[in-house]
Amino acid sequence: MTTLGQLALWMALLISAWGTFVGFYGGMTRRQELIDSARRSTYALAGVIIVSSVGLLTAILKHDFNVAYVASYTSRDLPTIYLLSSFYGGQSGSMLFWILVLVIFGALAQLLTSRKYDQLLPFVAGTTSAVALFFIATTLFAANPFERLPFTPADGQGLNPQLQNPGMVVHPPLLYLGYISITIPFAFAVAALMTKKLDTGWLHAIRKWTIVSWLFLSIGITLGMWWAYVELGWGGYWAWDPVENASFLPWLTMTAFLHSVMIQEKRGMLKKWNMVLITLSFFLSIFGTFITRSGIISSVHSFAQSSVGYYFLGGLVFMVVAMGYLLYTRLDMLETDSHLESMASREASFLFNNLLLVGMAFSVLWGTMFPMISELFRGTQVTVGPPFFNQVNIPIGLGLLALTGIGPLIAWRKASLSHLRRQFAFPVIGGAIAAAVAVAVGMGQFYPILTVSLAAFVVVTITHEFIRGMGARHRLHGESYPLALARLVGRNRRRYGGYVVHLGIVIYFVAFVGSAYKVDREASLTPGEQVQVESPFGHTYTFTHIGVSQYDELNRLVSAASVEISKDGEPAGIMKSEKRQHFTCAAPVRPCPRDMRQKSFEPSTEAGIRSELLEDIYIVYAGSVEGTEEAVYRFTLHPMVWWLWFGGFVLVAGGVITLWPGTTVRAVAQGDTQGGYAAQLLESEHA
Amino acid sequence: MRRREALKQFGLAVLAPLAPVAGRLTAQEQGEEPAEQESSAPELYDPFRAGRPRDRITDYENDPFIIGIESRLTCVCGCTLDIYTCRTTDFTCGVSPELHRQIAGMVENGMTAQEVVDAFVAEHGEGVLMAPKKEGFNLLGYFVPGAAVLSVGAMLIWWLTRRREAVAIATDGSVSSNASTDLDGLSNDEQDRLKAEFEKLGL
Repeated sequence: MTTLGQLALWMALLISAWGTFVGFYGGMTRRQELIDSARRSTYALAGVIIVSSVGLLTAILKHDFNVAYVASYTSRDLPTIYLLSSFYGGQSGSMLFWILVLVIFGALAQLLTSRKYDQLLPFVAGTTSAVALFFIATTLFAANPFERLPFTPADGQGLNPQLQNPGMVVHPPLLYLGYISITIPFAFAVAALMTKKLDTGWLHAIRKWTIVSWLFLSIGITLGMWWAYVELGWGGYWAWDPVENASFLPWLTMTAFLHSVMIQEKRGMLKKWNMVLITLSFFLSIFGTFITRSGIISSVHSFAQSSVGYYFLGGLVFMVVAMGYLLYTRLDMLETDSHLESMASREASFLFNNLLLVGMAFSVLWGTMFPMISELFRGTQVTVGPPFFNQVNIPIGLGLLALTGIGPLIAWRKASLSHLRRQFAFPVIGGAIAAAVAVAVGMGQFYPILTVSLAAFVVVTITHEFIRGMGARHRLHGESYPLALARLVGRNRRRYGGYVVHLGIVIYFVAFVGSAYKVDREASLTPGEQVQVESPFGHTYTFTHIGVSQYDELNRLVSAASVEISKDGEPAGIMKSEKRQHFTCAAPVRPCPRDMRQKSFEPSTEAGIRSELLEDIYIVYAGSVEGTEEAVYRFTLHPMVWWLWFGGFVLVAGGVITLWPGTTVRAVAQGDTQGGYAAQLLESEHA
Repeated sequence: MRRREALKQFGLAVLAPLAPVAGRLTAQEQGEEPAEQESSAPELYDPFRAGRPRDRITDYENDPFIIGIESRLTCVCGCTLDIYTCRTTDFTCGVSPELHRQIAGMVENGMTAQEVVDAFVAEHGEGVLMAPKKEGFNLLGYFVPGAAVLSVGAMLIWWLTRRREAVAIATDGSVSSNASTDLDGLSNDEQDRLKAEFEKLGL
């Protein structure tokens, strides 16, 4: 099966080269047989890559340790779920997985796109095939997952324990889905430039793709935070690590695109800028992979590094030059249809939102690359850690939070002063009250107080928007409020789904505030001994060490330290944290005899976590003193973490509302107006 | 006073692993059986599973002053974490506990936070700082992003204002009135525009 997989990969190389050629050549000459061939080549490509992937999966599941990849990332005792996730747990497997998703998306783009975009589709096929060609060639020549060993080991080395976590089963694929799906909007952008059809048509064609991509990136990043929180054991979820930054960069530019594209759809403005944003997002998704793979910048997330990064660098340079040329030759066709009429308009607020989003992307990129820049110009390597990123990005982030509330309050084109005064009154009052409460409860730090105040400002804005829309429907159609709400959202999913997404973002910010008040305490305790920790919310937690028990599990030896907890004197249950020593077996016998066990990897730590609404209890068993049950612990009380995951759910819910298919107000379907205004106008006309 | 007491505990903790050896030597010299100085806790079935042996925690490990210093310095084991995070997270790292002891010793000798940081920079280079010093070339690191955002923002405002004036002149200065004889929050021109759009759409 691995031979077939390898063969399929070589066939994919040829098919993608053919698809690239016929896609572009067929699109330019409009020869129908070539256009048809380009489309069919995307389906064929998907077919052979699926065969290739099945080949690798079969080798993994059958423990074919003669395949170097299988021997490096799996072992006989690895649970099946992690055998499946080891498909993308290592360098070359993740490359194949990337190609798999890319070609499936490429085929779906051909299959699902309306025939009215027929002129664009050959170029879309050509572009997706070209990107696939690059990845397939890199995989075959620099990271081949089917490479064989000159011998067959009895067992594999196993998967890194930190990757043996349910979060890592879903986090990488979702993040990859986000990265890779940006290729489709990028391919449509290339197609629009090639065909010189630069009206809003291509934007309508990619609307769902961009939201899907953004949503996958958001979910992937959030799950990455969750994985870091539960697995890395430091009690936090974001450390401005280069790999985290690399995932954040395309998210920022895609978010900017999702906003600026509305200006082009409604006003015919920012055509060049939108082209730049979608191109930038695509480049940054590749750049993220480059950072992860090349090892040029060290990271706690880098599980797979090789020379592949330099292939990516070469590919990036080629793509920048090609896309730069294409954009340059079409600049005169990307002139704006209308101009900004007022600084007090929604367009202007979107422009500033774009400025801050791209500014933040730049500052994150700048900080990530600064150690390299410093070494290049000064010969001195510096470390750029969280203190730097927080200092530079927190003000920008708060500016963005403010704009999240300001945007919906300002009308398109031009807002009058009295209109602004009326619109801003409640949100500003809400923000001021929240700030006063934050000061009164002793929050004490400037940025957290400002964040809480701005969060309240945005929440009042969003609530006001919903209430106004519901009220209009209630008065106009006599609908009950719940029905009015359902129909309001249902008839303008993009707008109100967007508001729900904004609400999710606000919740994220509030959760981030909690990190400023995190409490850590280390203690070494003998059984029965206890330690007290004061929480930021004024509770007193008493942790009593029960003991350390040791037992065997499938592929690891476990030491579990247990702690009894009481909160303000009341019993609050028992928690445990583990040390795990993974092993592989020197003989293909199950269960593995004790004398055949070979230590694999360093001992890993499993934190004990209890998530409550206001604060998380996070316990880490750091080890034992003198080989006894006297355990060394780190106790962390981390406020508001639960809200981070909840914010993720809200954000996804908003994204799903936005994507939900179905009929809507005709005007909305045509993309020419917005439901909130529709409700207002209908109300005025029926009055 | 508290610090002195903490040092005593710290010193005991540091010396604890050596105590059995020292005790054994003394006992052998005196011709006695070695006296083990062990934890009162029961022994683990298999200490190997529980990772690297740990020292007892003293007040030094929880001292906010020391943690503050450690948070400014990166662990030189190559993990990219600061010393505090590394020593309380990566329990396989033998470097960060050693750096922690070094810092605690310096603090006990009366060095200020800045002096400790400077000593680390002198020993390990500028890369040991979690954020580069705000001087010389590093200023670019701190100010380029902010300056870029501010200057592009200023240019944007200038460009937009110019554009707006150009539009006003092109339309004979008739920038629409802001008079707000509104219907549910809309100015006259907003209502007219929306009505026109709805008429166009047949609503």
